[in-house]
Amino acid sequence: MPEMRAPTSAQLGWLLAAVTATLAPHAVELPYWLIALCTSLIAIRAALLWRRGKPPRQLLILLVAIAAGIGVRLEFGHFFGKDPGVALLAVLLCLKLLESHTTRDLRAAVLLAYFLQLGLFFYNQTPGIAALALAGALLTTTTLLSLEDAAARPAAQLRTSTLLLAQGLPFMLVLFVLFPRVQGPLWGLPSDAYSGMTGLSDTMTPGSISQLGLSDAIAFRAEFNGPPPPPPQRYWRGPVLSRYDGRTWRPGFSTIAAAPGYAPSGRAYEYRLTLEPHNQPWLLALDFPAANVPKARYAGDYRLLAEQPLRTRTRVELRSYPATTVGKDESAFVLAEARRLPADVNPRGRALALEIAAKSANPAAILAGTLERMRGMGLTYTLNPPLLGTHAVDEFLFDTRQGFCEHFASAFVFLMRAAGLPARVVTGYQGGEINPVDGSLVVRQSDAHAWAEVWLAGRGWVRVDPTALSAPARIESGLSAALQEWDALPLLRRPGLDWLRDMRHRWEALSNTWNQWVLGYNSDRQRDLLERIGFRQPDWRMLAMLLGVSATTLMLLLMAWAFAQRRRRDPLDAAWARFSRKLARHGAGRHPWEGPLDYGKRLAMTFPGRAAPLRAISERYASLRYGAQPADPRSVRLLARSIRRLKLK
Amino acid sequence: MPHRYAIRVLEAANCIILGKDRELRLALACLIARGHLLIEDLPGVGKTTLAHVIARLIGLHFQRIQFTSDLLPADIVGVSIFDREAGSFRFHPGPIFSQLILADEINRATPKTQSALLEAMEERQVTADSETHPLPDPFFVIATQNPSHQIGTFPLPESQLDRFLLRIRLGYPDRSAERALLMGEDRRELLERQQAVVQPEDLLAMQQAAHAVAVSERLIDYVQALLTRTRHSPELVTGLSPRAGLGLIAAARAWALIAGRDHVLPEDVQTVFPHVAAHRLHTAGDGRSVTPEVLAQLVRDVAVV
Repeated sequence: MPEMRAPTSAQLGWLLAAVTATLAPHAVELPYWLIALCTSLIAIRAALLWRRGKPPRQLLILLVAIAAGIGVRLEFGHFFGKDPGVALLAVLLCLKLLESHTTRDLRAAVLLAYFLQLGLFFYNQTPGIAALALAGALLTTTTLLSLEDAAARPAAQLRTSTLLLAQGLPFMLVLFVLFPRVQGPLWGLPSDAYSGMTGLSDTMTPGSISQLGLSDAIAFRAEFNGPPPPPPQRYWRGPVLSRYDGRTWRPGFSTIAAAPGYAPSGRAYEYRLTLEPHNQPWLLALDFPAANVPKARYAGDYRLLAEQPLRTRTRVELRSYPATTVGKDESAFVLAEARRLPADVNPRGRALALEIAAKSANPAAILAGTLERMRGMGLTYTLNPPLLGTHAVDEFLFDTRQGFCEHFASAFVFLMRAAGLPARVVTGYQGGEINPVDGSLVVRQSDAHAWAEVWLAGRGWVRVDPTALSAPARIESGLSAALQEWDALPLLRRPGLDWLRDMRHRWEALSNTWNQWVLGYNSDRQRDLLERIGFRQPDWRMLAMLLGVSATTLMLLLMAWAFAQRRRRDPLDAAWARFSRKLARHGAGRHPWEGPLDYGKRLAMTFPGRAAPLRAISERYASLRYGAQPADPRSVRLLARSIRRLKLK
Repeated sequence: MPHRYAIRVLEAANCIILGKDRELRLALACLIARGHLLIEDLPGVGKTTLAHVIARLIGLHFQRIQFTSDLLPADIVGVSIFDREAGSFRFHPGPIFSQLILADEINRATPKTQSALLEAMEERQVTADSETHPLPDPFFVIATQNPSHQIGTFPLPESQLDRFLLRIRLGYPDRSAERALLMGEDRRELLERQQAVVQPEDLLAMQQAAHAVAVSERLIDYVQALLTRTRHSPELVTGLSPRAGLGLIAAARAWALIAGRDHVLPEDVQTVFPHVAAHRLHTAGDGRSVTPEVLAQLVRDVAVV
């Protein structure tokens, strides 16, 4: 039984490399103790391989497996779903590696490794992950090849597996382009699939946005037709918060309609938004989106909403009019909500607001006066504001005087409301960075921002950004320009790392192309593409047919290539192969290692009735093939004929 | 017809040594291929008789050297003694100046003595006192080793083992052959009465004819594949050397000649391969000599093209 043979060190070495390459990208989502366990199991296997030691006892492995199972249960609370499943498989793969006594064990490990490479895409579908999965698949395929032929040189095995994967490439492309597209992810992801998506939440407490300021992840990309708006106009609207309980801001009442409650005016910007999934319905449009966006609804607080929470990367084509006037005839209910304050918080702020209001003639003067006072208070903008107590606004304005955008917006809206003006907090993103490689505007989580809106009679809702009072650079050039302490910033937002930023721009441009063309290839795009090559209204039958035809064509092309690679068959070889094939049909094919005379003798014993012609043919072949003179074509033809005419029984 | 000579020798030898046709053929093939033979076996299975039979049947001048730990190189090669009358040194040739030498229990002698013999085998000449003395032609050494008693012996190093073309084992005779042996005449007496069936010149003719046996390109392909397989096998320490490859072809030629063919077939290579490789290969795990099973598997791993 070749399957029961002990694996060679080369085979184990390949598997070790394959398992390491497969599990390394998984380290991002696995719990720390599990990473440590897997790493040590792999290290033990490597040490055993190095010292030619024996694998540990089965009982020990079983105990480790049980312990890991309990650990996974404690970590995740259950065994179902993506995370515990992948965690368990990772441990099992490492244990399988450790207990591989026979080549059959190695085969099982190879299958597990393939599955875990696929499992990478449960978490992430970036080109980087695709490249890592491909590297893992290459090493795993090489392991499989080494199981088939232990004697081949490693370089040759690597070459063969590369060739195999390369030959699979055209089939992959055909399947990618033609396989019917399913809306959403192909497999039903378990319920924990959407946890851990970063983005704005629909509440705001001091510190909630500065948390996002540390994240370098991309929130969305915008590609403008023409120049993008200047930075001070780049306000991407997220949740609008009007309910305040003294600490937390929550969304207020808002109508939802099929059309916007305003008439767009002023200059228009056309752009395409590609939003990363954030598990919320808002579309983060630039203020203020035009009417008739397909599959979108308009909230009374001017948010643009999708029908479903965004759980996959989503693209929308939008047009926005930043200069539009909104909310001139806002409902009394909304305005009343925008004036409401809890009674017993922030007495000092309340007193300040009343003092400003008493001195001012009209609401516009109150607004200007409040901004003036805030500017004079010496507030500083920082990512690491001190913690605040019950009277958060008072403490920020008069004691700590350090805050992030949510502190500024919260304090300003509080003062406005205390002075009697309707005001509310708007959260979203502000700014963004142009990627010089492809010209798109990239907005990151660290661009998350909070600002204020004040309602003035006759002018409607007016945007006021109190952060600009102490950090005007935040609005003009982004977060890093506004902050003094760079060390708190994500590495790549710090100034002075231009080469790194340049590489990152390139990488992100590549990712964007990947997102648009690989991940964004949905049924609509598939239909467009098929129409462009002349298939109108393709149904599944036509797709299946197209798929079948292209796969067959590819197969034929590959076979033709393989035939061309093979050197033209020698007629003597062909005759001999025919002889062996003919006898193989009677259960007596030639073994690859069998010489012609030995084969003839075996045949004579197997078919005693035909012993003479069988021996004659094999002896004739032997002398033609290995004889002193090169085989003359006539003799070869004669031999071929006698093989053709040979009858058994 | 050189092939006839071989048949004649084998027929006569089979009458004296019973049930060992294959080993006799291999020994003769080794002689025809101008190689030297190593027999590794227990005492009493007929190693000496085999050497005697071959010498007697071909009419070769035969010498037996029993190797012991106190044997000196001069005891084999010969010695120069001062001749008082001539007033000069005169070389007295040792037992090595014979056509067929049986070096019995070669691993009992010291490495120095062993290498004196092995150098003579390779060079086919002896140098003593800066004088070169050519050895007779044909010159054939059959060395024996007892594998089971290794205490107080000097096992031949790998580089020396390479000088033997083939290694065979005789083994116990099968039941019927042993019965005939026990019931029949004394082998030694039988041998005494036996006349030569061919002449030494006929052996030279056979050697020349074997050299002329055709080796096709396809067969070279096969031999190369076999050599490559031994070099990349995970079960072996090292593979076969090019010298071993040359030996493999020479032995296969001789085997083909005995079979009466003018060309070498893969079967010839497969037959001699275990005997060419057995003393040259070592398994990777324990460094011991390779087993016949591993060698058989090596042959099965290489396709005949």
